[in-house]
Formats: sequence, C-alpha cells, structure tokens
Amino acid sequence: MIEIKDLHKSYKMGSNSLHVLKGINFKVEEGELVAIMGSSGSGKSTLLNILGMLDGADTGEYTLDGVPIKDLSETKAAQYRNKFLGFIFQSFNLINYKSALENVALPLYYQKVPRKERQEKAMQYLDRVGLKPWASHHPSELSGGQKQRVAIARAMAAEPKVLLADEPTGALDSKTSYEVMDLIQKINDEGNTILVVTHEEDIAHMCKRIVHLKDGVIVEDKKIEQVRAGQYV
Amino acid sequence: MFNRDRWQEILEVLTKNAWRTIFTAFGVCWGIFILIVLLAAGKGLENGIKKDFGDIATNTMFMWTRATTRAYEGLPQGRRFEFKIDDVQAIRDNVPNLRFISPRNQLGGFGGNNNVVHGIRTGAYNVYGDYPEIINQDPMAVTSGRFLNYNDINEKRKVAIIGLGVQNDLYDKDEDPLGTYIKIQGVNFLVIGTYKKNNSGGGEEGQKEIFVPFTSFSQAFNRGEDVGWMAITANDGSSISVLKDKIVSVMKERHKVHPEDTRAVGYFDLYEQYNRVESLFGALKAVAYIVGIMVLLSGIIGVSNIMLIVVKERTKEIGIRRALGEQPWSIKKQILMESIFLTLISGMVGIIFGSLVIFGINSLLDSVGPVDMFMSPSVSVGVVTGALTILMVSGLLAGFIPAQSAIRVRPIEALRTE
Repeated sequence: MIEIKDLHKSYKMGSNSLHVLKGINFKVEEGELVAIMGSSGSGKSTLLNILGMLDGADTGEYTLDGVPIKDLSETKAAQYRNKFLGFIFQSFNLINYKSALENVALPLYYQKVPRKERQEKAMQYLDRVGLKPWASHHPSELSGGQKQRVAIARAMAAEPKVLLADEPTGALDSKTSYEVMDLIQKINDEGNTILVVTHEEDIAHMCKRIVHLKDGVIVEDKKIEQVRAGQYV
Repeated sequence: MFNRDRWQEILEVLTKNAWRTIFTAFGVCWGIFILIVLLAAGKGLENGIKKDFGDIATNTMFMWTRATTRAYEGLPQGRRFEFKIDDVQAIRDNVPNLRFISPRNQLGGFGGNNNVVHGIRTGAYNVYGDYPEIINQDPMAVTSGRFLNYNDINEKRKVAIIGLGVQNDLYDKDEDPLGTYIKIQGVNFLVIGTYKKNNSGGGEEGQKEIFVPFTSFSQAFNRGEDVGWMAITANDGSSISVLKDKIVSVMKERHKVHPEDTRAVGYFDLYEQYNRVESLFGALKAVAYIVGIMVLLSGIIGVSNIMLIVVKERTKEIGIRRALGEQPWSIKKQILMESIFLTLISGMVGIIFGSLVIFGINSLLDSVGPVDMFMSPSVSVGVVTGALTILMVSGLLAGFIPAQSAIRVRPIEALRTE
C-alpha cells in the first residue's frame, strides 16, 4: 500500500540546514496497523507529513497504492489527499462553526457528493463512532474524546486507502485514549490500513507493528502481539 | 455559485463578527452613497439649467445682416444690405441637411413704444412676421384658436396669434380674444389664436409676442422683399455649427460681400452654446464620479483589510480544509465571494440611502416650489447598474489579495498554528 525508498528531508534553519530524515526505507501492506514511535525530534511527524502529502520530500521515492507521489501541484495534492488519505490530528482540528455532522460531511463535499447523500453518509459514519445523537452539536459542546471520534468519522467518511493519525491520543486522558484506540482497532479489523504516530508505549502496543525512529533513521521495525484496547474500556 | 453550503458559510463568517462586518460595510456604503448623491445633485443642476433652454430647437442658428466692413466689386465699405425672400430658396438649394429655414421680420423690441391697440388699451409688444414652420423652432402651446398656416401666407390674411401676456394686458378676464381685432401700428389684424410658451428663459417677455403671417407683415409694414433675420434648424444628426459657414458664404456671395468680411453677416449659434453647457455638465459628472470613486476606494481598502484579517484568523481552518482535500481555487473562490457579497450588500444599502435622500430632496423641492437653477435631482437606472458593476469589480479586487494569501499558506504551516 505504502512504499518508501531512501527518503531524505532537511529543513533550512537560517544558515545551517537540519537533516531530519536520513534515508527512510519502509513498506506498509494493506490492512496493517502501524505505530511510528520516537522521541520528539526523531522525525516522526515529518515522516507523517510527507506520507500525508502535506510536505514534500527532498529525495527518495514514495508510492501510494501504486501511484507515484512526486512533484504534485497543490490542486493535484488536494485531490490525492481527498481520495487516498484520512487525517486524525492530536488537536482534533474540527471546524468550530460547523456541527459534528457538517464536519464529517466535509471531505464528501470536496468530492462533490450531492448534499443529501453526503449527509446520509456522514450520519452513517457518526453512528459508527457512536455519536449519532450528537450530530447537530458543535465541537465546543463535545468532550475531547467525542471530538476525536468525530475527527475519526470525518477521516473515514471519504473512504480513504490509508488513515494517518498524528498523536491521536495526545490530548486525551488514558481512559478516553483507550476508547479512541479501541475504535481505531475496530476500524483496522475491518481491513483499513492505519498509521499511528505516537510516543506512548501503551498506545504503540495496541498496534500490530512498531517502527522506531531515532535521529531520522529507522532503528527498529518489528511485528508485535496486539494488545486489545477493549479490555481497558 | 448558488451552492447552499457555500452561502451558508459566507453568512456564518460574516455574522460571526457582526460589528466588525457592519463597520467595514459602512465604508463601502458611504462611498456609494456619496457617489449617488453627487451624481443626483449634478443632474439636478443640469435639469435646472437645461430648463432655461426650454424646448427650443437647439440645433438652430439665427442670422442677420450688418454693415459691410470691406469694399468689394466696386461697392463701398460700410454699405448696409438686407436679406431678400429668395435667399431662403437659395440656401435650401445650396446647403443640404437643413430642416427649417424661417425668414422673420419684427416690429418693436426692447423698450419699444406702444404699438398695439385694442379698444382703449395699448401696449408695447414684439410683433413677428413669420412662416408656419416657426412653431417647430420656437415651440409654443396654442391654447385657443389656431396657429398660422399657408393659406394665411398665400392670401396675405391680416390675422394674428397673441401670447397669454398680451391677452392679459389688452383684454378683460372673461373676454374671448378670438374674433376680435387688434390694431398694430394702425393696421387691424384679426385675432385667430392664443399661445403659451414653456420656455422660461424668455420669462414674461416670451408670453408678450404677436405672430402674424410673413407676407401680410411685409405688405402692411412696407418691408417689400426684405427679410429681417432668419432662424435656421439643421436635421437631427447634422450639426448646424458645421453647416453655418456654408450658409453664411452663400449669403455673402448673393449680396456681393467680400468673402473675408467676417462682420457683414451676424449670427448666433444656439447649438454651440448648448454644447458648451453640455460639456460643462459632462465635466461635472466626471468630477462626481472621481470624488465618489475615491471615497468608495477607501471603503474597498477597508474591506480588503478585513478580509486579510479574516484569512489570518482562519489560517488553521483553511489548513484543515486543505488537508481534507479542498482544492486551492475553491478556497480562493470562497474568499472572493465573501468579499464581493460584503461589498455588494453594503453598496446596495448605500444606494438605498442615497435614493432616500434624493427622494427627500425632491419632495422638499416640491413643497417649497421651484428653485433657481436646480430641478428634480435624480439618478438613472443606468447609473445604478453602473454603480453595482463598480461594486462587483471592487469587491473582486478587494478579495483578490486576501484570497491569494489564503492559498499561499501551505497546509502544514497552517496546521502548525496552534
């Protein structure tokens, strides 16, 4: 599903440049649930941004579902993001003046799905994350866990190939974190490919594979026994 | 364009910070208000001045003779000459595109002696010997009876049409002048009609005129073939100012006047005067537009500023939306539509207020009666649509820079803004 070869990325910081990613080689099959771990500054967010086409790599190859991702125009990138990727952010990034339902429907709107169909579909996904009764609520009326679940529903709504989660539990207490991870695991069980960036060990162990990043290189890549989050909920 | 979600979003964004939106809108509103009111005031002034021209045919010149200033073909300098009645046909033959040529003779004039008698009353009036066409060049409303016709001309009937002023002077209030006789310099004329002129420029003077057939005038007052002066109107579409040189030179040739004698034939070009007034109002209108648009411009800059702030505030939101896959041009369109919507709405409010003020002035003018040189200020539908077009374009311009800056933000940077 995802294939990366010899990926390099550096940032210019004034006169000296900061080499963040130093040759990443990495492959994700369909249906995997991968945790990308590392301390801050290890380059894990940069990697996720490049995977999410929010940022470009300096050198290296990136193929997503057989499509080479290279030198994209903003328009093309937006199109690919909409079609291939779903984002889940640490700070939820819901749009404040739109209701939960409208937030979930947003990616469908960009796909030009007709209004009625869009709302039906969005409602369906809200139901799947258990928030159907909150459909008309605005983000300010929801708890952190609920917000993240709306964000997950939004990420799923466009039926992307890959879900990218950047510290999805970073802003949540451990109980809600497990609830969110439980949801992510269930989505994965249905066959969706999910990448989770985290620095929390327990969250990482709820995935099926852990990739350790340190100073811009992969130091460890291992398959693990998945810990089900359901047992803590 | 008529996308429900888009409009919903525009309204949400603009009403979220209602006071800020209102203050921004006020700038545009004020600008368009000034523009409309200035244009209306200019129009009012124009209406007032043009009223003085009345409905006189403006594509007209008047021509008369003076003493020659140069000797020519054995004739001395300082010779006086008169136009003759066959000059009219000569002009008609030689100069194309003329609509009316009216030869005229006149008795009386400014400060003239009493020359008209009816019963025991007398008065001093301008008496004109005219052809029937004069009513087209110097329009008047015949209030009773009829105007001159060609039977009067051909049969040299001694008939007269008198103005309302003459009637008021010479007749009792309930006396019908039709069928009565007035004595003009000792000759009796039958009154066959009365008229009233709209032309307020002549004022009282315009109502105190008497028209008699040209031929009877010549015979009664011993003018022979002479023509005192002529009123010449060109066809619509050709300018009398262009034709007048040709007319004057035909006259010079027929009366043996030196071709370079500029004084011998006198004329007054009404069209040129009219054009001068026209161009004055053109300039006035241009000034109104410039001032109005300048004021509007500061409003537009205000809108642009606010849109920049809106974009700045929504940087994160724009980042999210782009991460979710919204096309850059769609974001640009959103910002542009917000800007156009804001300018258009506030502009319309300005137009409405401007119209109310104009309406108020009009009803004030109606209640106090006519004011010198100012009459019914108004703006045409054309001006309003023009103003709306200006608003559309300026809304587009105001939104352009903010929209550009909205899509210049890369999604990753936008998302980083916490």
